[in-house]
Amino acid sequence: MEGMEILNALAVFSNYVLVPALTYGSQLALGALGVTLIYGVLRFSNFAHGDTMAFGTMVVILFTWLFQSWGISFGPLPTALLALPFGILVCIALVLLSDKFVYRFYRRKKAAPVIFMIASMGVMFVMNGLVRFIISPKDIQFRDGERFIIKAREFKQMFGLDEGVAIKVTQGITVVIAIVVVIALFWFLNRTRTGKSMRAFSDNEDLALLSGINPDKVVMITWMIAAALATIAGTLYGLDKSFKAFTYFMLLLPIFASAIVGGLGSPLGAIAGGYLIAFTEIMLTYAYKKVAEYMVPGDEWEADSLMQLLSTDYKFAVSFMILLLVLLFRPTGIFKGKSV
Amino acid sequence: MKKLLLSTAVAMTFATTAQAADPVKLGVLLGFTGAIESTVADMGPAADMAVAEVNAGGGILGGRMIEVVRGDSTCTDSAAATASAERLITSDKVSGIVGGDCSGVTTAVLTNVAVPNGMVMVSPSATSPALTTVEDNGLFFRTAPSDARQGAVMSDIIMGKDIKKVALTYTNNDYGKGLADAFQKSYEAAGGKVTASISHEDGKADYSAEVGALAAAGGEVLVVAGYVDQGGKGIIQGSLDTGAFDTFVLPDGMASNKLGEAIGSDLNGSFGQTPGANNAGAQVFEKSAKGFNGTGPFTKETYDAAALIMLAMEAAKSTDPKDYKSKIMDVANAPGVKINPGELKWGLLILANGGDIDYVGASNVELIGVGESSGNYREYEIKDKVMSTVRYR
Repeated sequence: MEGMEILNALAVFSNYVLVPALTYGSQLALGALGVTLIYGVLRFSNFAHGDTMAFGTMVVILFTWLFQSWGISFGPLPTALLALPFGILVCIALVLLSDKFVYRFYRRKKAAPVIFMIASMGVMFVMNGLVRFIISPKDIQFRDGERFIIKAREFKQMFGLDEGVAIKVTQGITVVIAIVVVIALFWFLNRTRTGKSMRAFSDNEDLALLSGINPDKVVMITWMIAAALATIAGTLYGLDKSFKAFTYFMLLLPIFASAIVGGLGSPLGAIAGGYLIAFTEIMLTYAYKKVAEYMVPGDEWEADSLMQLLSTDYKFAVSFMILLLVLLFRPTGIFKGKSV
Repeated sequence: MKKLLLSTAVAMTFATTAQAADPVKLGVLLGFTGAIESTVADMGPAADMAVAEVNAGGGILGGRMIEVVRGDSTCTDSAAATASAERLITSDKVSGIVGGDCSGVTTAVLTNVAVPNGMVMVSPSATSPALTTVEDNGLFFRTAPSDARQGAVMSDIIMGKDIKKVALTYTNNDYGKGLADAFQKSYEAAGGKVTASISHEDGKADYSAEVGALAAAGGEVLVVAGYVDQGGKGIIQGSLDTGAFDTFVLPDGMASNKLGEAIGSDLNGSFGQTPGANNAGAQVFEKSAKGFNGTGPFTKETYDAAALIMLAMEAAKSTDPKDYKSKIMDVANAPGVKINPGELKWGLLILANGGDIDYVGASNVELIGVGESSGNYREYEIKDKVMSTVRYR
C-alpha cells in the first residue's frame, strides 16, 4: 500500500505540474529561440515577435479551414500540422517585407539598437491590426483529431491508482516538435555553412564581413528562421490552448523573460530559460496539499492548509524575480549571452 | 481687433442657428480593443441599432438626429478609458455616454471625468457592487444589475442543487472580485463552504498553476467568475483536461454559447445565470438584430442604455445632462405606456406630447435605488453545448 501512495503522489504531481510545465516550457522555448536569434544577429529586441506568432498562426488557421472544407484531415493528428508549412511560407514573406520596408532603412543608417526596437514596436502594431482585421479579435479554436493520448480516467483504471494523469495529443505534439525543431536548428547553426556564417556574424560583425560573409544573406536567413519558429510556436500554442490575437500579444512578456534569463543571443539559453520560467511559475505556486497527503505515511491525515508556497497571484512576480536575480548576478544570462 | 470681434460674433450666430439642426452626439464608451473586445463586437452595434431606430423615426426634439461617437475604454486600462471619455466630452461634445463596460474603468471614468464635467453615463455592463455607493451626483445609471444580487442568485441556484462545497476562481478585477465576494458571503451564510477562492489574471498564456491550486483545494463544482474568452475559458479547459473538475458554475461573464463551441460536450451539465428576462422585448430585439449577435451578453442592456438616454432627452426637452439626468428614472419606470424595442418612435412621440412612458426595452428595464437594474436573471444549464433556460429568477 505504501508504494501506491507514492505513485499516487507522483501522478498528482505529474498531472498538475510536470506535464503542463513541460508543455508551456516548450512553447516558451520556441518563442524565445526566435527572439534570441534576432537579437544575436540583428542586435535588437524584436517586440513584434508575439504578433509575428499571431500572424503565422492565423495563416495556418486559414489553411486549416481550407483543408477541412476540402475534406482533408490528418487522422488522429490536427489538420493544422498539414497547414503549418504554408503558414510558415506566408509568415516568412511578411517578415521579409517588413525587413525590406522598415528595418533595412535603419540598418543602412547604422541606427542604434533602441531605434530598431522602437521600429519593431511599430511593426508590432501594424501586424496586430492586420491579424484582427483579417481573422477578427475573437477567440478561435482550430484543433481537430483526437484530444487525448491518455485521459485521466483511463490512466486510473490502467494502473489502478486513485489519481490520474492526462496527456493531451497537443501536449505530446508540442514536446516532440519542440525537440525536433531544436535539434534541426542546432544542426543548422553548427554544421552548415550558412549557419556558421550566421554565428560568425553574431559573434563579430566586422570580422565576419572581412572574411567575405554576405550580410544581406545572413539577415534574410535569420528572418526566415525566426518567422518559421514564430509560426511553429504560435501554432503549437494555439492548438494546445486557443488562438486569440490579444493573448499572443501578451505572450511577449514571458517569452522575453525566457530569452533574457537564458542569455540573449544564446539559443541554448533560450531553451533553458523557457523551461526555467515555466517550471518555477508552476512549481512555486502549486498547492502541494494532495501530494503531501499521499506522501505522509498514515491513512487519514488531512492537511489543513493548501500547502502553497506562493499564491497564484504571484505567478508573474516569480518570473520577474528570476529575471531580476539573473540580471543582478549574471547580467549576460545563464548561458552567457549578450548583456542587455 | 474690431474685425476679429465681428467675425467671431458672426461665427457664433451661425453656430447657434446651425445648432437646432445639428445632430445630438451620443458617446459610446466600450472596450472595442482589449480584454472583452469580442463581446463588445456585439455590444457596439446594439447601441447603433437603437440610434438608427430613433433616426429612422425622425430623431428627437423635433427632428434632431443622433450621431454615435465611439470611444475605446479598453476594459482594463483606466488611463486610456479616461482619455477617451475626456475626448468624447471636450472635443466631440457628446451629450451623454453609453458606457463604460468593465467595472474598473467605469468607476475611473465616472469619478474623474463624468462627475466633474456633469456628464450622464448609462453603463450596460458594469456590475460591481461598489458602483452602487459611488458618489455620482445623480449622473450614473446602469441597465445591468449589481453583482450583489447576482451573488445571492448564484448561491440559491447552487444550494438548490444540494451542492455544499465549491472551489471559486475569479478574474482579478473589480467585476470578478465583487462578484466572488458577494457570492461567497451569500453561500457561506446559507451553509456552504468555499474551499478556495483563487484569482486569475486575464490574457495570460497559461493557467496550469491556478488549475493545480484549485484542484488541490477540491470541491464538487468550480465557480468561475471570469470572462468567456479570457482566463475563465483557460481555467475550464485546464480543469477538464486534467480531470480536476467536471462541472462548472458560469455567471454572466461566462454566459455565452461560444464556451460550448470551444469546449465541446464536456461542458454539458454545467450551469449558471445571466441577466435576462423572459419578456416580449427580448425576442423582438433578438429578431431585429442585424449584423451582430442579439443573444450576445449585454447587447440588450446596451440597446436599452442608448434608448434611455434618448428618451430622457425628449422627456426633458433638452440634451443637457443636468436637465435630463432626473428624467432617466421617470422614463424607465412605471407609470406610463410600456415601450418595447422597435417602439422607440412611439415612446418619443408620447413624451413629446407630454405623456408618460415606462420603458421596458430588451432587458425588461426597471431601475431601482440609485438607478440600477433590479436584476432579472435567467438560470441556464448547458445541454448539447448550448445554454438552455431552466427558469427566470
